[in-house]
Amino acid sequence: MYETIYARADSVSDAASKMGSAGDGKYISGGMTLLPTMKQRLAAPDALIDLTSIGDMGGVDSSGRSVKIGALATHNEVNSSSALRSACPALADLAGWIGDPAVRYRGTIGGSIANNDPAADYPSAMLALGATIHTNSREISADDFFTGMFETALSDEEIVTGISFNAPEKCSYEKFRNPASRYAMAGVFVAKHADGVRVGVTGASQGGAYRWTEAEDALNANWSPDALDGLAVDEGDMLSDIHATAAYRANLVKVMAKRAVAGAK
Amino acid sequence: MSKVNITVNGKATSATVEDRLLLVDYLREGRNLTGTHVGCDTSQCGACLVMVDGKAVKACTMLAVQADGTEVQTIEGIATDGNLHPMQEAFRENHGLQCGFCTPGMIMTGIDMVNRHGTDLDEKTIREDLEGNICRCTGYHNIVKSIAAGAKAMAN
Ligand SMILES: Cc1cc2nc3c(=O)[nH]c(=O)nc-3n(C[C@H](O)[C@H](O)[C@H](O)COP(=O)(O)OP(=O)(O)OC[C@H]3O[C@@H](n4cnc5c(N)ncnc54)[C@H](O)[C@@H]3O)c2cc1C
Ligand code: FES
Ligand code: FES
Repeated sequence: MYETIYARADSVSDAASKMGSAGDGKYISGGMTLLPTMKQRLAAPDALIDLTSIGDMGGVDSSGRSVKIGALATHNEVNSSSALRSACPALADLAGWIGDPAVRYRGTIGGSIANNDPAADYPSAMLALGATIHTNSREISADDFFTGMFETALSDEEIVTGISFNAPEKCSYEKFRNPASRYAMAGVFVAKHADGVRVGVTGASQGGAYRWTEAEDALNANWSPDALDGLAVDEGDMLSDIHATAAYRANLVKVMAKRAVAGAK
Repeated sequence: MSKVNITVNGKATSATVEDRLLLVDYLREGRNLTGTHVGCDTSQCGACLVMVDGKAVKACTMLAVQADGTEVQTIEGIATDGNLHPMQEAFRENHGLQCGFCTPGMIMTGIDMVNRHGTDLDEKTIREDLEGNICRCTGYHNIVKSIAAGAKAMAN
């Protein structure tokens, strides 16, 4: 790891001002992505601004169908929130399939969506849930937030403070895990809202998480796994690597989507 | 450089460290506690697990400065009065190790499972929660047995 300096922020404004005075700084939350990347010298920020001591930026709140999750909520907290489990069980399940227990103690939802790894789980859920991403300066719809692999609408100094959404009538997440890394090779989040179905896909596309709109149309017409039978996922957009070819991933997306619809509750 | 104050195995420690120093290196090189191991550089193997404020986390993926103000417990700190911790004893009784490299992390994971799920652990839970611990020797069967037995022993 290259040399860096570390500072803890005690408020959002303190974090932003520390970032402003750092050269090439980065925020750090759980560090579960940033530190491994720094150890491999793929990232070398001059300064790390730790967000985890900021009050009021964590926790999982759900009253009725309205759900708010603070950016600092760890995967473990999201997984074990009973309020969330009754409002939107698939999101609680999703958090419990991220990495391993030690990663889930430290990794945060804010860090995961800010990072937008093409195989990260949360982005698919944010798209399918029609979530709003809250930052220190604005609110951004998930549709506008995820702009491509490792790319988001965030500016360099912008901080994700939380996410919110209205729980759908039914939802489900199906993840085909890479047997070694356990990241998604294809993960599909389906959500049936009062005003229509939304389908978020992760792990598969070169462009990062995306909405599979053809599947949404088909499921709006007929809420059943069979509704997807006639659809084909375009291989041209899919990732291809030693783990799976583009054709394999394209097929997986459909299989995961069908399973998700079948398991939605 | 930053000053850190970390309670390690019940003893207050403090040092001025480089900000980039990993917690695992603080423990191994700064405090001579070499029971915490480093088995990978991809945050996947779990040989480096220590308890930070009661939760088993990867000391290779945390900076010492992030641990400032916390209580850390390592494998050296879990025995009491010269008696092995019940989870350690269970690994010995059930042949839960061969070379022993992964064992400190396995034991921390086992104790953490009890903290999360209680002392009655079924095989499925244990295998699932071993997700972040890799063993090159045992084939895991005896590790699973050891954790189940250690968990039961912790009930007493
Ligand atoms: C062994 C292992 C397995 C994993 N498996 C999975 C998996 O199966 N699925 C999965 O989805 N993820 C997985 N992860 C990644 C994990 O979910 C991370 O926790 C997550 O990607 C990043 O969250 P973090 O809080 O650790 O962020 P950090 O590593 O602290 O930060 C990540 C990036 O986001 C930025 N950032 C952090 N917080 C904020 C914020 N509030 N506002 C703005 N920017 C911010 C940082 O500057 C950095 O660029 C795994 C990680 C490991 C080590
Ligand atoms: S050394 Fe920490 S996970 Fe491998
Ligand atoms: S006993 Fe050798 S690595 Fe587990």
